[in-house]
Amino acid sequence: MTITEQVDALTVRSVTKRFNVQRPPIWERLRGHHRAGADDVNGGVARPDTEKRQVTAVDNVSLDVHRGEIYGILGPNGSGKSTLVRLLSTLLIPDAGTVQVFGLDIIRHEMAVKRLINRVSVDAAFFKKLSPLENLLYGARLYGMSGREAREKSVEILGRLGLEPRTYTQPMEEMSRGMQQKVAIARAFLTQPILLLLDEPTTGLDPRSKHEVQDFVNELRDVHDATILITTHDMGEADSLCDRIAILDEGRIVAEDTPTGLKALISSNGHEPTLEDVFMELTGKKLVDPNEVEPAVA
Amino acid sequence: MLGKNLDLQLEALQSYAFVARNFNLVKRYWGWELVWLAYSTATSLAVAFIGEGSALITGQEDIDTSFFTVYLLIGTLVWRFLAGLFDNISEMIQWERWEGTIEYTLMAPVHRFTQIAGQAGFAIIYSLIFTMIIGLAMTAVFSLDFTGANLLGALLVLLAGSVSFVALGVTASILPLLYPERGAQMTHIVQAFLLLVSGIYYPIEVLPPVLQVVARISPAAYVLEGIRSAILDGTPTAELWGVILPLLALGIVGMPVGVWAFRQAELYAKRTGKLKRVG
Ligand SMILES: Nc1ncnc2c1ncn2[C@@H]1O[C@H](COP(=O)(O)OP(=O)(O)OP(=O)(O)O)[C@@H](O)[C@H]1O
Ligand SMILES: [Mg+2]
Repeated sequence: MTITEQVDALTVRSVTKRFNVQRPPIWERLRGHHRAGADDVNGGVARPDTEKRQVTAVDNVSLDVHRGEIYGILGPNGSGKSTLVRLLSTLLIPDAGTVQVFGLDIIRHEMAVKRLINRVSVDAAFFKKLSPLENLLYGARLYGMSGREAREKSVEILGRLGLEPRTYTQPMEEMSRGMQQKVAIARAFLTQPILLLLDEPTTGLDPRSKHEVQDFVNELRDVHDATILITTHDMGEADSLCDRIAILDEGRIVAEDTPTGLKALISSNGHEPTLEDVFMELTGKKLVDPNEVEPAVA
Repeated sequence: MLGKNLDLQLEALQSYAFVARNFNLVKRYWGWELVWLAYSTATSLAVAFIGEGSALITGQEDIDTSFFTVYLLIGTLVWRFLAGLFDNISEMIQWERWEGTIEYTLMAPVHRFTQIAGQAGFAIIYSLIFTMIIGLAMTAVFSLDFTGANLLGALLVLLAGSVSFVALGVTASILPLLYPERGAQMTHIVQAFLLLVSGIYYPIEVLPPVLQVVARISPAAYVLEGIRSAILDGTPTAELWGVILPLLALGIVGMPVGVWAFRQAELYAKRTGKLKRVG
């Protein structure tokens, strides 16, 4: 398989993902408790008139991420960011639409795509009793790396991320959340993905660690030619790190542009608009009046 | 040709990832392993003592108590091994769901067969060692005489049975994928049922007719039949094919079915969002 210069790192076309919402137990339903607004789960758009109650987590999303880009996805809680990342990482199968990674369809060429990608999610999930090195060794071997190579690289990356060597062999459960998150980042970097999916990688990190991770992300792109898709709730991070940003609201992309382009979208009242202003403006309907969006739902 | 070889090397390395990880887990959870070993040894001893006491229990002097003890001993040790195998494999998903690592394992470029091979390889080695330790404890307590027993034949039967037990374990392991909350309990029910119908501690002829029919498709029943006849009657290996062949057949049919079912369950979980989700 050859990856040509022209093909985009990521091509998403009209991707939709719905989830069935757990129906309340029968006695609750008989008493009619589930009515009245309860259909809207976490801001997703529910369809109360259909047989099965569903939430549309990702709604007809299309986007292109060019090779070597750092592409940001912003959006309120429950807007579908993590669901989108899971769809791209083959952990969820879309109900509609297609996804291509470097021209490879993620369903038809699942194995080839898996070799090219890795993901960091906000929850650093590990075998808690195993040490960082044991966890990383396991992860790296799954990607075909020999034990020795994996050990050398792990030590190097963990060092870069500012983790103290004495922690490398202690059980993960003895580490703080931020330290665990760094190991999670190391796990993804270790396999040298050319498309890296980062779902809130810096949430829970202290300011210095955040910078270290951001520097590392930049380095991966500049030196190792990786393409990065990142979700974050840190507007400053998005602004400084991302080449382009999409804003997701209720599963739909409501804007997509460079940080400067996005800021130009909204009128400045007195001061230079920040990315936070853009976020508030484009996703703010619900902040004004939560009942305002209900009619669109029903 | 070369490409094929390289691929095999890759699959072997990936399989080994699971073996190494599981041994690391054993090492880190050693306290728990010790407790489990002590518990298992005590239970197995308790079962074997029923044989020792059979003359006293029934008041009939002419019962061959040492035959009965070995009969029960074989049952309890073989069951230790098979249940250990089954547990190890059927917990494959449950464990990772509990740790939260399932998404990372399932998104790695690993064929399910490779994953299962690694898990099964570990399970067989682990259960053999575990059972052998209990077996040694047994020989210290009971005076056992294995002259005339076909031990090699017994081992062959056990290994042939492992394949089908791996297949059963794989099939059971998907329950937690389909039923995140109840799946783990359901695998225990499967195991209890196997214990009941497979004639671990008694000949299957004593079972009600319906259960006897089920016993005929339980690999454990063949394993026990073969091992008892090899050890108690000293049946030569050449005459054990009557159980080895059905066992291999069950395994050869069962493995692809198990891997296929596993893959279907994985796809179902990915369509419905039943893999663990946080964040
Ligand atoms: N596996 C699942 N099963 C059922 N519903 C789900 C599942 N995953 C996500 N959802 C629902 O889909 C919607 C989008 O969730 P998602 O986790 O993608 O949001 P998010 O943008 O990542 O939010 P956050 O900023 O809080 O991380 C929510 O309504 C959520 O409840
Ligand atoms: Mg999220």
